[in-house]
Amino acid sequence: MRVRFALAAVLIAAMAVAAGCGSGSSGGSSGGGGTGSNGPKLPTSIGPTEGKLKLIAWQGYTEDNVVKPFEKQTGCQVTVKYGQTSDEMFQLMQGGGYDGVSASGDASNRLIAAGLVSPINPNLIPDFKNISPELQSPPHNTIDGVHYGVSYQWGANVLMYNTDQVTPAPDSWAVIFDGSSYKGKVDAYDSPIYIADAALYLKSAQPDLKITDPYELTQTQFDAAVNLLKKQHQQIGNYWSSYTSQIQDFTQGSIVIGPTWPYQVNTLKGSGVHVDAVLPKEGATGWADTWMMYSKAAHPNCMLKWMAYATTPEVQAKTAYTFGSAPANPQACTILDKEVKNYCTDYHVTDQNYFKNIAFWKTPLQDCGDSRGNACVDYSQWALAWTTIKNS
Amino acid sequence: MEPRGVRIFLRVFAFLVMAFLYAPLAVIVTASFNASQIPTWPIKHYTTHWWHLALNDERAHTALINSVKVGLGATAIALVLGSSAAFALSRFRFFGQNSLSLLLVLPIALPGIVTGLSLLSVIKYFSITPSLVTIVVGHATFCIVVVYNNVVARLRRSSGSLDEASMDLGADGWQTFRYVMLPNLATALVAGGLLAFALSFDEIVVTNFTAGAQETLPLWIYNQFRLPNTAQEVNAVAVIVIVLTAIPVYLAQRLMRDTGGLTTR
Amino acid sequence: MATESVPAPVAARRRVSAFLYRRRWLKLVLLLIPPFGWMVVVYLAALAVLLATAFWQQDVLSGKIIHTFTTDNIQYIRNDPTIRKVTRDTVQMAVIVTITDILLAFPLAYYMVRIASRRTRALLLVGVLMPLWSSYLIKAYTWRLMTGDKGTINWALGQVGLGPLHIAFTQTAMWLAFSYIWLPYMVLPVYAALERIPNSLIEASEDLGGRAWRTLRSVVLPLALPGIAAGSIFTFSLTLGDYIMVDLVGGNKTDFLGSIIYRYQGVANDLPLAAAVAIIPVVVITVYLLLVKRLGAFEAL
Repeated sequence: MRVRFALAAVLIAAMAVAAGCGSGSSGGSSGGGGTGSNGPKLPTSIGPTEGKLKLIAWQGYTEDNVVKPFEKQTGCQVTVKYGQTSDEMFQLMQGGGYDGVSASGDASNRLIAAGLVSPINPNLIPDFKNISPELQSPPHNTIDGVHYGVSYQWGANVLMYNTDQVTPAPDSWAVIFDGSSYKGKVDAYDSPIYIADAALYLKSAQPDLKITDPYELTQTQFDAAVNLLKKQHQQIGNYWSSYTSQIQDFTQGSIVIGPTWPYQVNTLKGSGVHVDAVLPKEGATGWADTWMMYSKAAHPNCMLKWMAYATTPEVQAKTAYTFGSAPANPQACTILDKEVKNYCTDYHVTDQNYFKNIAFWKTPLQDCGDSRGNACVDYSQWALAWTTIKNS
Repeated sequence: MEPRGVRIFLRVFAFLVMAFLYAPLAVIVTASFNASQIPTWPIKHYTTHWWHLALNDERAHTALINSVKVGLGATAIALVLGSSAAFALSRFRFFGQNSLSLLLVLPIALPGIVTGLSLLSVIKYFSITPSLVTIVVGHATFCIVVVYNNVVARLRRSSGSLDEASMDLGADGWQTFRYVMLPNLATALVAGGLLAFALSFDEIVVTNFTAGAQETLPLWIYNQFRLPNTAQEVNAVAVIVIVLTAIPVYLAQRLMRDTGGLTTR
Repeated sequence: MATESVPAPVAARRRVSAFLYRRRWLKLVLLLIPPFGWMVVVYLAALAVLLATAFWQQDVLSGKIIHTFTTDNIQYIRNDPTIRKVTRDTVQMAVIVTITDILLAFPLAYYMVRIASRRTRALLLVGVLMPLWSSYLIKAYTWRLMTGDKGTINWALGQVGLGPLHIAFTQTAMWLAFSYIWLPYMVLPVYAALERIPNSLIEASEDLGGRAWRTLRSVVLPLALPGIAAGSIFTFSLTLGDYIMVDLVGGNKTDFLGSIIYRYQGVANDLPLAAAVAIIPVVVITVYLLLVKRLGAFEAL
């Protein structure tokens, strides 16, 4: 069910309320607290390692081919607790006892706001300067210039379709939101955050709704998105949360069109299934993950070593390949392209325009983060609405 | 004696039901040889790749051993507590007996997610570190009733007079227990223990909520499904488990041959 | 009675034995405390905490539970039409699956007890027990494969020239999968109950002029009823609380109660709301248990 990926990854992005487009900051991040202060003095070198490291991670980020060399190199024995959703990861961090977490965007801002993660000194991460510019200080892990972690991997939710059965080739989300040609063979992502995808579509399709940020919606905008999804429910074959299941569905032909991640597209193409994907003209939602350190970590030096290790091109490449994601460090491309031809082109690793067009996931909050003030619908309402949509 | 037509019908029906029970298992076995990384049907190319992976997968082995450990722990606790409850509720008469038996059934009757969430709330409230111990505690709780039922059924069928006779002959409580009661209960304990172990071995929901960084086999399977490149390995693991467990099940069945069944007594 | 000296530990044991023998109530208490102490401390207390949580609220931002009493969540589950619809759907499926499994299990168990030879019976018993050891998860995934548009069922139908059925992600697919997976849990208690019926009873009924059908109706069924009721506890409650099969085989197109509880505690991180919804299956099952207790189910588990 919960594809961790999906949920977690999906839920990413907490571009903190303030985020907005642009710059940073001020005020508002969700909840106000935790904007980076000049306070904490950051270590200037990594001290002696402690021999152990306890991580919370998305499944696939800590495979043996990545962890074992690290353990040999540093002597830090790694134990991992897999989180299934951002919310679960947040709860685990609250419980304490772990050193770090691979947080998605919505979790990351809440972690910062709750004081659960410490700032880190980017100078301690040799590959930090090699990370894509837009991922070095994104609003979901950097507040007021203070870095609370290092970006790790990211991806977008694109529209995949069966080239034999779906004609003409779609270029708009309208096919799955307003159309009815593929009834029973459409799938959608199984998480309340998918409401943002509907909102993103309505941003173009119903401009009088004046939607600006698909995660910060007023009640009217929110209701419109929910109604759109209730309408879509009639067309739905299933709601996917595991990418393995979605791959199976497209292979069997039970589903012919729906939102997905590049991983599924490439796997299906690789198996000879006739699919293709497109980033529709209305844009797309996406996810980005950050390694963050617990503020009371028992093994901070091992964690710093991990962060440094995780951003090296080799590890970035290995994980991107396992996961099907885009590495934050483009130097991984030389390795990836050897493994899979044109990996980095297909995954748009260095395409800044592509990156900008993605509405990265974040936690919808009541504080709209702009002139509308506290008029937006927060995530708990999204979950309730999702239940209504599913059973309409 | 049932009329011949009925007997033939029942024979055919029984065969069909067993076929129904085993068809999906046949699919699992076949699928474990499927060369495709994605579950598809029918199988176009065969491979033993998944079997190689399964037999060498250290993480799967650890998970399997954890499952066995947890199962044994939960079963041991359930055997002691279940028998204790069975004795208390069948050899004595007191007020509120029925509600107590209802209480024992609750953990297995209420949905796993309710039990799991309850235990998780307690774990978080007391800041307990989840480990194999918390998993064992969760499992033991719903395994108690399984042992209880088997033992109580046996106790109901034998009166206490045998035990009293033993004492009349000079045996103390412990000797009576060891030489008279235990042999009488042996098959009930084995049956209950086996069922309890099976329940614990395959449990996923409560385990999900009470586990820390450790994996039992169901957790491993659950996590493995998320890895597109090696997801299919689980089919091979499933077949290995079925084959391995055939042995204790068969042995237990032979053990209880005289009583004719695994389910009661 | 022997008069030779008895070693000290044995003597001590005998003293304890005699002491307890005279105070039966103490023996009872000592027997009751371990199991029920455990149940109260580990289970009931935890359950109480969960249900109490239903009356609290979650702070969206910090994820902490605010311990002020409120009935908002309870109002939600009482009034929300979606919750009512989902409850109806879940109970409906649980009932249908239970009936299906009774219809499948009873003839099988009857055959095993009354008609099959000793060897066949032993074989069948092992045969019914074996599937319990194969993973629930893998069976669920396999049913997803089997019910797919190009899955095993349609392939098999195709082999005999029958048309493909579109049952992928439908209620039918879920019904098939549920009935399949809980079947052994129904067969075992029914088998046990039928086995307990002494042959002499059946023969007596026949002597009195009862033919097969009458004997079945008036003698066998009433005696098997506790076993059927016991098995139904499993099929009903396991279906009622399930969310994994709903996801894998049903495609998560609609919710069952378990799916909603899972979503609220996980995705929404709203434990109080999840706890409130959890009250529904607890109530339904408690009512069911009380009903089924009257049929003698508890003695037949």
